[in-house]
Amino acid sequence: MARAVTTQRKIINTTFAWMVGLLIFFPIMWTILTSFKTEATAIADPPVWFFFDWTLDNYRVVQERSDYSRFLWNSIIIAGGSTFMGLLIAIPAAWSMAFVPSKRTKDILLWMLSTKMLPAVGVLYPIYLIFIRFGLLDTRIGLTVVLMFINLPIMVWMLYTYFKEIPGEILEAARMDGAGLREEILYVLTPMALPGIASTVLLNVILAWNEAFWTLNLTAAKAAPLTAFIASYSSPEGLFYAKLSAASTMAIAPILILGWFSQKQLVRGLTFGAVK
Amino acid sequence: MGRIVLDQVTKSFGDVTVIPPLDLTIEDGEFAVFVGPSGCGKSTLLRLIAGLEDVTSGAIRIDGEDATSISPAKRGLAMVFQSYALYPHMSVRKNIAFPLRMAGMDKAEQDRRVDLAASVLNLTDYLDRRPGQLSGGQRQRVAIGRAIVREPAAFLFDEPLSNLDAALRVGMRLEISELHKRLKTTMIYVTHDQVEAMTMADKIVVLRAGFIEQVGSPLDLYHAPRNLFVAGFIGSPKMNLIAGAEAAKHDAHTIGVRPEHISVSATDGEWSGVVAVSEHLGSDTFFHVHQTGLADTITVRADGEVGFRHGDRIHMTPRADVIHRFDEQGLRIA
Repeated sequence: MARAVTTQRKIINTTFAWMVGLLIFFPIMWTILTSFKTEATAIADPPVWFFFDWTLDNYRVVQERSDYSRFLWNSIIIAGGSTFMGLLIAIPAAWSMAFVPSKRTKDILLWMLSTKMLPAVGVLYPIYLIFIRFGLLDTRIGLTVVLMFINLPIMVWMLYTYFKEIPGEILEAARMDGAGLREEILYVLTPMALPGIASTVLLNVILAWNEAFWTLNLTAAKAAPLTAFIASYSSPEGLFYAKLSAASTMAIAPILILGWFSQKQLVRGLTFGAVK
Repeated sequence: MGRIVLDQVTKSFGDVTVIPPLDLTIEDGEFAVFVGPSGCGKSTLLRLIAGLEDVTSGAIRIDGEDATSISPAKRGLAMVFQSYALYPHMSVRKNIAFPLRMAGMDKAEQDRRVDLAASVLNLTDYLDRRPGQLSGGQRQRVAIGRAIVREPAAFLFDEPLSNLDAALRVGMRLEISELHKRLKTTMIYVTHDQVEAMTMADKIVVLRAGFIEQVGSPLDLYHAPRNLFVAGFIGSPKMNLIAGAEAAKHDAHTIGVRPEHISVSATDGEWSGVVAVSEHLGSDTFFHVHQTGLADTITVRADGEVGFRHGDRIHMTPRADVIHRFDEQGLRIA
């Protein structure tokens, strides 16, 4: 039976949804607003909402003091590179787990996910030592590899669930039609799994983009991405809320825009293929 | 050409033996139907022939060549799946052309063959559509089209009609039979529906738990079922199986009488009972008779005009010349 939705109920639901939405969005909105204030207005008590002298000064100062484009470029390389490298490993892995499962496949999947339950700081020391040993500290390649490994379990899981949705009979049909493994992957599986691969890529780019623990601990100047860019405004020089906000806004803007344009894929990605 | 020989083929999944050692020959151009209840191993057997499963032991020969360890792509067989297994991201044309493209055939020849197949299967108007835009029957035809364009040594059908509604199923059954008459290519067809088996097959292979219970023409199986299982499986409605004193009269442990071999009367007959259900199909009437002292239910087929009702006492006489006799092991007594 369809639930009867009265107008009154609709209004309540809509109001509630908006409240939750605004509550979640509030910190981002406040950051963006603050970035257009002067330092004095930014810490004014009571807080100033919309009626202040809007200024772009913070952005100018931030751009002068640190080279935004260098951080941005590092972020793009690290997020994009780790996702691309991850795909090269995750696609064959998810493939074999989805279509040629063994008795232990479920265990392996769970074990992989369990590494995500580990507090990252627990392995900071060994990884730091490895990085020193191999001269990877403050290099893009080092960071890319670490982030790839950090996100690999999620990539494999996501791709696995997407591949699982593809009926095995279609791949068998391709085999009967004379397709070898290469043709089967290239002409049948990949086109069918493309939406899934797209959401996996998106979600992992975002995760890698926002990753702060490793990017802050393993970089100094050369390979530092936008997370380090934000962090550089947070502590040593005292309270510069407006500049910090400007830096944050600049750092999150690209990923926010990307997320906005790919909402549909993202929702699918976040539900891990649980709903069709 | 498509003569398929299974030589002592077995299949186990872990400790579970699905196919015990099995020998079977399917002659070139034959329409063979594997029939049996679900879980009897008929689909597994088909997949072994296709190469989608590896045999545990034994050999499969296609036209005299050992195909046991050849990949499915190289066996020269085409398969039609229960779910049709069309490529959802390709147009009908591309679906049908896919095996030709994989074979590296030039584009003009591909188009020629696809157009030919499409006209045979009434798909010409749908070539640019995606499978998602087609009805079940049309999808089925695309799957068949994809199979016929490559001119395989044999066609394998895995319950191809079970997703269609009843009316469409009868139509497609005829179409596949006609296709076989025209192409004269070996076809192996798996079904659990004995009506499909009876109407389409040159040779029926009845399977139970991986064992071949009987191999023969539809009428062989109908007239001389080798054991009780085949007797009960082939024919619709099912053969009446009667044990006890009535069977002893015929020097048998069990006797079988088909519903169509029993005549009914209101007044006299060899057996009597009370009609529990009468099913009027128009052309025929089926009476399910209780309280006969022979078996729980005796099913009788009569003309559509015969009008006994629920609760009526009814007298029945079996045709003496078509009583099937079985021994204690359930095997036919000649």
